[in-house]
Amino acid sequence: MASTDTAATVKKDDLAGLEAGLDALDAVEIRRTPVREVLLKKVLPPTIAVALVLAVWQILVSAKITEETKLPAPSAVWDGLVDMWLQGTLLEVVWTSVSRGLAGFLLALAIGTPLGLLVARVKFVRAAIGPILSGLQSLPSVAWVPPAVLWFGLNDAMMFTVILLGAVPSIANGLVSGVDQVPPLFLRAGRTMGATGLKGTWHVVLPAALPGYLAGLKQGWAFSWRSLMAAEIIASSPDLGLGLGQLLENGRNNIDLPGVFLAILLILVVGIAIDLLIFSPLERWVLRSRGLLVK
Amino acid sequence: MATTFAKAAEGTVAEQTHAARIEHVSKSFSGPAGTQLVLDDVSLDVAPGEFVTILGASGCGKSTLLNLVAGLDRPTQGSIETPGGRPALMFQEHALFPWLTAGKNIELALRLRGVAKSERRPEAERLLELVRLGGAYGKRVHELSGGMRQRVALARALAQDSQLLLMDEPFAALDAITRDVLHGELTRIWEETNLSVLFVTHNVREAVRLAQRVVLLSSRPGRVAKEWTVGIEQPRRIEDADVAELSLEITEHLRGEIRRHGQH
Ligand SMILES: Nc1ncnc2c1ncn2[C@@H]1O[C@H](COP(=O)(O)OP(=O)(O)O)[C@@H](O)[C@H]1O
Ligand SMILES: [Mg+2]
Repeated sequence: MASTDTAATVKKDDLAGLEAGLDALDAVEIRRTPVREVLLKKVLPPTIAVALVLAVWQILVSAKITEETKLPAPSAVWDGLVDMWLQGTLLEVVWTSVSRGLAGFLLALAIGTPLGLLVARVKFVRAAIGPILSGLQSLPSVAWVPPAVLWFGLNDAMMFTVILLGAVPSIANGLVSGVDQVPPLFLRAGRTMGATGLKGTWHVVLPAALPGYLAGLKQGWAFSWRSLMAAEIIASSPDLGLGLGQLLENGRNNIDLPGVFLAILLILVVGIAIDLLIFSPLERWVLRSRGLLVK
Repeated sequence: MATTFAKAAEGTVAEQTHAARIEHVSKSFSGPAGTQLVLDDVSLDVAPGEFVTILGASGCGKSTLLNLVAGLDRPTQGSIETPGGRPALMFQEHALFPWLTAGKNIELALRLRGVAKSERRPEAERLLELVRLGGAYGKRVHELSGGMRQRVALARALAQDSQLLLMDEPFAALDAITRDVLHGELTRIWEETNLSVLFVTHNVREAVRLAQRVVLLSSRPGRVAKEWTVGIEQPRRIEDADVAELSLEITEHLRGEIRRHGQH
């Protein structure tokens, strides 16, 4: 008896050792990219591109290839920027639009998420409004400005309506395609553990759909921002406060070409900055934590 | 064999005569090409604490049968009873959730079972210890090797605390050495708990290496063709002479089953 016992123990320890060896050999090493490499590969190329654009712009102006009334000098745009900064209006204008855009986006998030979930999970709802929802994505949101003005007049409600109509379909559709791409294996694994119904939705479907959902959010933000600018340009009114869209429209009214360029650049930069500061890191974090991002 | 009885006696399910009872189960799928009968009148009991392997050629309906026992699908005819509640199921792919760490995957199973929050972490650590992955609690699924993933999946299945563990070719995608190690682990864990295991495989040696009883399924439709009781004492090795001998006998029958299909 004793001898078989020791034999078994030896065999067991043997197994543990073998297993430890296998685990060590198989271990996947996760390496973080050093900062220098990030700078070199991610920051340098766009910096060069921007510098090139500025250089070409300056050359076009200095060599008088274009007329000053058609293309302002970079320095004129820069002066406009400095002026706004000194007057203290720059941050105010940017904030007016950004706060509006983000508030509208959050509202779109609150509506688009349950809507997307409903479309994804309830067959009847999907058949009923699924096609409309994806069709709405191809409708330019500027088309909603006239009806929104007629419904609400020139106020924030009008702006938010336009943002919602632009962003909600993107967010909802992102969630729908995220849910559609959840591997059936996960659903079955969840069901065998008792994750059915709402529990299944919460513990399995939603986290599994997160990458698609985030892609939808990213697009939703782009749509929010675009819709807001359309609304601000078309429906400018002193009651609404000065946002970037109004800045652009004011530039046109005053035939202030540098001002128009400045406004366009600001709109572009803010749109990109929000994406780079909020959505891209979020998306990368999610993908990386799941091993879906190689870099 | 004696260990089996001891287990059944000390378990909480002493009164139960079976961990699973599959009675006259048939399953057909209807598709565009008509109705296909996949399982035909399959009857099988798994005793408490018993380790049964179901052996059959690819496509004979093994996964279909396990899905039925797991309650993921309903039989066309017949009935399936699992008195110990919902069985745990392990797949060929690990099916771990990539958005959770190894430990949190296990904790999710605990949570869905209703284990109190404060007890989940220690229990998850204990289960990881059981599959000898003590340090893997915070590891992401993609950071683990194939064999480690299947061990975490086993720990997650054990976390459900079911009396019946269903395994659908869980080691088929692993290399031979890793598979061998996991056979040893599974046998050890089965001996340490009073778990009943219904293990599906197309690998004859694996079936004989693990099981107390091997059930051979025929193909198209799947029927119970023959059964063997494996009297070889554990711990066995897949290379053992008596394992090889019985495997040879069973392989002959399996080949016979497959050959029948080439004749018409
Ligand atoms: N959901 C399904 N619908 C239609 N046919 C199916 C379905 N699931 C399995 N089958 C068919 O049943 C047969 C047995 O499949 P399966 O149980 O996966 O076999 P095994 O696991 O033994 O390899 C196969 O011919 C397969 O095509
Ligand atoms: Mg199968």
